[in-house]
Amino acid sequence: MTYEPILTKYVNEPNSYTLDFYLQRQRGYEGLRKALSLQPNDIIEQVKASGLRGRGGAGFPTGMKWQFVLKDTPKPKYICCNADESEPGTFKDHVLMERNPHLLIEGCAIGCYAIGAKVAYIYIRGEFYHVQEILEAEIERAYKAGYLGRNVLGSGFDCDVYVHRGAGAYEAGEETALIESLEGNRAQPRIKPPFPAVAGLYQCPTAVNNVETLCNVPLIVLNGPEWFASLGPEKNGGPKLFCVSGHVKKPGVYEASMNTTLRELIYDYAGGMIDNRPLKAIIPGGSSVPLLLPEQLDIPASFDSIQKAGSLLGSAGLIVMNDSVCMVWLAMNLLHFYRHESCGKCTPCREGCDWLYKLLVRLEAGEGQQKDLDLLFGVSSNIVGKTLCAFGDAAATPVLSTMKLFRQEYEAHVREGRCTLPAEWRAKQAIFAGTH
Amino acid sequence: MEYTPARFHASARTLLEQGPDFAYTPENQAKFDANVKQYPADQRKSAILYALYLAQAQQGYLTAAAVRYVADQIGCTAAEAEDVVSYYTMFFTRPVGKYVLNVCRTLSCALMGAERVTEALSEAIGISPGETDPTGTFTLLEVECLGACDRAPVVMVNDDWHEQLSPEQVVTFLQQLHARGYASLTGCHLHREGGRAKGEAGR
Repeated sequence: MTYEPILTKYVNEPNSYTLDFYLQRQRGYEGLRKALSLQPNDIIEQVKASGLRGRGGAGFPTGMKWQFVLKDTPKPKYICCNADESEPGTFKDHVLMERNPHLLIEGCAIGCYAIGAKVAYIYIRGEFYHVQEILEAEIERAYKAGYLGRNVLGSGFDCDVYVHRGAGAYEAGEETALIESLEGNRAQPRIKPPFPAVAGLYQCPTAVNNVETLCNVPLIVLNGPEWFASLGPEKNGGPKLFCVSGHVKKPGVYEASMNTTLRELIYDYAGGMIDNRPLKAIIPGGSSVPLLLPEQLDIPASFDSIQKAGSLLGSAGLIVMNDSVCMVWLAMNLLHFYRHESCGKCTPCREGCDWLYKLLVRLEAGEGQQKDLDLLFGVSSNIVGKTLCAFGDAAATPVLSTMKLFRQEYEAHVREGRCTLPAEWRAKQAIFAGTH
Repeated sequence: MEYTPARFHASARTLLEQGPDFAYTPENQAKFDANVKQYPADQRKSAILYALYLAQAQQGYLTAAAVRYVADQIGCTAAEAEDVVSYYTMFFTRPVGKYVLNVCRTLSCALMGAERVTEALSEAIGISPGETDPTGTFTLLEVECLGACDRAPVVMVNDDWHEQLSPEQVVTFLQQLHARGYASLTGCHLHREGGRAKGEAGR
């Protein structure tokens, strides 16, 4: 734990969100000044060399994404910053926007300059209204100080940053659904290709980047790609925010390098398990990724290591569960989420999530049969890979993963005709426990 | 166990209530006119979520008359506007209470007792999730992940937050909300720890 935070170093200090603090303590807007003295393509090359991977979930190299943005076109280009942080277990972008908003604003401006855009939209989820107020106030200050607007810092470069408020839709976190929502439609994904880099917002070339991703860009420009890459394992460089929640003593956002192991994040950073109860399983990257077991915690929390272990780093939302958690209930809770949030465009996901939820309710209520287990597997398998966006795969994951690792619990539910692990933190009445 | 549509599908289409004639107040009209400038001149529809939020803030919920007014402002059909309204969960098409209690029910909050929070709130107010009490003070809703998993269980009260609400605290929480309004809420801890009072967003 010798790592010193970079993105979140000052987040607990009063006034860390102000422009003055940012300028004085964080070398604020020096990255933008330096970027404007370079050619846009040089910045893309630096971001590529740094190995920065998207922090939203997919881990796609940001430099490549920017390079794909169509250059030879008379159309305007756009940056869409994805601040629709809705993945269960994820709450990192919230911290950055609330306590270090100018880092994001600077990242947006550099991103715009790099890809040749003049406008960045920050799509923020509707529930983050208190964050939006701060972001808008600080953007206004950045305009007044000449870091945004016409002729930024006398360079001739024009850049506008706007905040766009969503209205409660998990699916708006998918990049093409975000674009649809920004255009004023239902947040439903588009068929790809064409990718947003070619035809995105208003059918113009667009880069959609996560908040944390853009926050890393000023650091790369300022300190160089080698510095950034050296902060973590190969191809997993840079600072990373981890969100630890669930049955731990000190849930919260922790910044570390991706050399840090999952065990360190849970037992050192987050203080270990509440009441020192045994750990049963973790979800390492938000609700959409497969579970990991206690014996798999000694791996670095990097994109590549976690993928090798059979899961994904995703949005780095670690949900930690102790031995009181029934895995059938876990799948039911998450399928309630996915069933509610499915945008309804692709049939396998829209219908499949509903079927899976009903089957899980039946099992959890103690009314399931042995054949329901095969049916669960069958329905899940018929969602995976058969939808336009990754939502379908994500929705099937809690079922497939718990069935693979904890099949005996499913069978016990059928055999005994009840939930075999009713936790004390569950509601007493079936209607609130979701098994009515 | 029967699976009837009434039991598992809440999506049966209902027509919006017609409602009285609707027009923005001059302040809201000015806000809308300013917001729509964020987008290219031929892309007014991008402002529709903002326009609907304004209408909802003005009237409490969205009626057919309000949605048609918004559609006229945007330059789209009323059907296109209703298409948007029906998709997003933060728009209300029925009257709601003064305080809308949105209890997060997703995994991290559930692990810390969110189910029992809803149970306790329901018992204390005397309504089921989805309902509004007869005095029009509280509406109880179960919502999906609010992105505050480290302060679970979290409840969103209109646009404000209350963190780490335990089932045991529910009765006091409601009394305080009744007596002191938003000032009784914890707000977001990042706000507090940043040396700012709740609701003071650097305005």
